[in-house]
Amino acid sequence: MEKLLQIEGLKVEFKVYEGLLKVLNGVELALEEGERVGLVGEAGCGKTTTMKCVLRILPSPPGRITAGRILFRGQDLLRLPLQRMQRVRGRGIAMIFQDPTAALNPVFTIGDQLMAVIRHGSRDAMNKKEIRRRAIAVLREVQLPDPERILANYPIQLSGGMRQRVCIAMALSTEPELLIADEPTTSLDVTIQDQILRLLNALVERRGTSVIFITHSLGVVREMADRVYVMYAGSIVESAPKGELFSRPLHPYTQGLMRAVPKLTGGGIAEGIPGRIPDYLNPPPGCRFQPRCPHAWERCSQAPPPLKEVEDGRQVACFLYEEGA
Amino acid sequence: MAFWKRPGFQRRWDSVKRGWYKFSKNPVSVVGLFFVLLVSFLAAFAPYVAPYPEHAGRFVNFSEASQPPSLKHPFGTDVFGRDILSRVFFGFRYSLMMGVVVLLLVVPPGVVLGLLAGYYRGTWIDTVIMRITDVFLAVPPLILALAVCSVLTPSVFNAMMAVSLMWWPWYTRLVYGLASSIRNEFFVQAAEVAGASRSHILFREILPNCVSSIFTKMSLDMGWVILIGSSLSFVGLGAQPPTPDLGTMVADGAKYLPDQWWIAVFPALAIMITVLGFNLIGDGLRDLFALEEV
Repeated sequence: MEKLLQIEGLKVEFKVYEGLLKVLNGVELALEEGERVGLVGEAGCGKTTTMKCVLRILPSPPGRITAGRILFRGQDLLRLPLQRMQRVRGRGIAMIFQDPTAALNPVFTIGDQLMAVIRHGSRDAMNKKEIRRRAIAVLREVQLPDPERILANYPIQLSGGMRQRVCIAMALSTEPELLIADEPTTSLDVTIQDQILRLLNALVERRGTSVIFITHSLGVVREMADRVYVMYAGSIVESAPKGELFSRPLHPYTQGLMRAVPKLTGGGIAEGIPGRIPDYLNPPPGCRFQPRCPHAWERCSQAPPPLKEVEDGRQVACFLYEEGA
Repeated sequence: MAFWKRPGFQRRWDSVKRGWYKFSKNPVSVVGLFFVLLVSFLAAFAPYVAPYPEHAGRFVNFSEASQPPSLKHPFGTDVFGRDILSRVFFGFRYSLMMGVVVLLLVVPPGVVLGLLAGYYRGTWIDTVIMRITDVFLAVPPLILALAVCSVLTPSVFNAMMAVSLMWWPWYTRLVYGLASSIRNEFFVQAAEVAGASRSHILFREILPNCVSSIFTKMSLDMGWVILIGSSLSFVGLGAQPPTPDLGTMVADGAKYLPDQWWIAVFPALAIMITVLGFNLIGDGLRDLFALEEV
């Protein structure tokens, strides 16, 4: 099958007063058409930075992409002129942000903003009436009551859940091929979280949109993704189909993550991973997880383990699974 | 359907009423609005409301020179026998024109430069624009205007040019600060991600969020510009006699203080009313927008 998105060896550095932060250290990620991929990792491991590179909204300076390619339908987004990139954004790739309140412009009505997105992103020319009809249709699709009135509302007049529905409507209104959802439920109540996830799932399923779902919650990934990428300190450490990842995690970090999930039935507080995410200024030599890894041996601090296919559809970046190890 | 029954019009009318409610909660700003409306009305219809419209320009009647305020001349007459009340009405015209023309000349370039510098913060565009701005801001405005005016031949037009030349940096500075913080807001990123062009981001995402501050500043500045214009006229670098400019009138009258006090005092009060009116409105606008943003 054709790869829709392929990130190869992406490296990003941030220049700050203290020196160079090596934030992304060769990210490898691929997504097939129609696939729903989850990207899991701790806060600060580079999930959002990776997606900002895909959409080329990495603040620069201080950020700088030093190596790598991002192929979307075979063309390298990092080398695309800005004008063509602007056409990829919206129509090709859309994004839903963590905080729907901040993602909406406070001085315009929902209608103004939604219709501007539709006008810009639609493939064929539409007149005002058609745009309005389309806006009402997408608002109805995200199950907002009384869409006509919502078009005339300002963002502050809606609740958090409603705003996130509006953002989802905006992202999907242009029928993107790839949707990037960056922790879309983190800022919402637990009950609303569940509603939004179900809604998002139903919508992308109906359209067959490919999705990259960024989250730090394994529970959410379980609901949302077909395949999961686990990220640690700026690189992908493991990728596997959802079922296999949960039943048999391979990388020591993934294993630690699984153990860190509090269980309803288990006794006491869940076991965490000892230590903390490494300093990006002076990352540990070799594998970046090595200082926290229970299985580390001297080889781990000599060179970083490459991401290798160990079984069909499963990749791990760990020397434990190398031939002859 | 009649246009005032359409839902769109109703909604707009509603928001106008809501705005008036917020604005009028502060009685002081209503007083300001009253002053400004009064001054604007008198300026617009000066030839009709002035008791002696012909006294505005080149006119002498020494038999009535330097009359104190009376029923016939409520503000008295000057040394040429011209009715001061009439001349004040015409003087409003020059003051308002000064403010309006200067702001029209100053605000668009100032705002655009500020937007660009703020959006490209940290790049050479920011550096070039803001350092030039700093040079202008480093010199006190009135001094700079005086310097420019003294090089050019004194006239109302040149005074406007001089004030405009030194006024735009204030808008650049204001908008720069706003834009450079608004550009980091998520909705700007969200618009970028939706494929918005640079000009859309600048003028449709960032600028509308600056408008309230710009309007407030414009209303406050209207008063300041009028004051500076009058100051230039007062020192003889603005409007030239016999133009009925308020600043010129105060300057002429100052020679006859304190005996014929009315010649200077009434034009000075007129300047005060105008400037005060715009400043009070500015405060009201600030309240209006501040509440709107909650």
